[in-house]
Amino acid sequence: MSLIQDPILFQTSSPSRFRDLFTSPMDWQGQKLAELWMQVLLIVFAVVAFATGYITGSFRTMMLIYAGGVVFTSLVTVPNWPFFNRHPLKWLDPSEAEKHPKPQPAAVASKDKKKSSKK
Amino acid sequence: MHSFVYRANVLLTLALTILALMCVIASFSDNFNFPSPSAEIQIVKFNGFQKKPPGNDEVSLTMNITADLQSLFTWNTKQLFIFVAAEYETPQNSLNQVSLWDAIIPAKEHAKFWIQTKNKYRFVDQGSNLRGKEFNLTLHWHIMPKTGKMFADKLVLSGFRLPEEHRRG
Repeated sequence: MSLIQDPILFQTSSPSRFRDLFTSPMDWQGQKLAELWMQVLLIVFAVVAFATGYITGSFRTMMLIYAGGVVFTSLVTVPNWPFFNRHPLKWLDPSEAEKHPKPQPAAVASKDKKKSSKK
Repeated sequence: MHSFVYRANVLLTLALTILALMCVIASFSDNFNFPSPSAEIQIVKFNGFQKKPPGNDEVSLTMNITADLQSLFTWNTKQLFIFVAAEYETPQNSLNQVSLWDAIIPAKEHAKFWIQTKNKYRFVDQGSNLRGKEFNLTLHWHIMPKTGKMFADKLVLSGFRLPEEHRRG
């Protein structure tokens, strides 16, 4: 079953929300949040892992805590969770765009009647 | 961070870079270990001392090795490689080092030990210089890390002397 994407509205035809976690795009604020959380979580887990490993004298402990931290961070920041999409962009409706066509440059010699700037 | 694959890539790269940094710091932490190893070697007897063809002396001996190397281990130590070398001077070479025995110590618990053994490797000279020769038995160790820099050091035990005459055993 192929996925039909509307290039302007960025909506997919598949109704699955599970699928959206992997395929739907994230809004800009969400991307910023995802990047921040990714960096913070990984560094915090690294510090905790190192400290615990060093204090208990176990290299293995450090690796296990860090590996767990990487898995946890990937679950939180990589899929496109709903909380990353709280500031969706408001694209202009196509019918509105047609009512207000792009102005043509006035300096052009030929004063052609403006055609609609539909793509 | 605009797609799932992109975020996954960033996460993987960042996670691995941070891991590399952790390993560097872990290796660096080995510098704060100030070990106090101790060892003693006694020669039980010389089993053989011959001039073999083509004219090189060969010695066979049995020794007792006692050591406490536990303080060499850190959280970043994978294993300890140790070997005993006979060191002496000849007119031809200012320093001869002949490895007689070695072992791998995989854990701290095994680092305090006593062993009686014949030399594992042949004690052969370049020439026939060993009669009555004074020599050192040096215990070398390589602290092999889980990650990062390997430290190596040694302990020199002096005062050993070979027999004056060749003999069968």
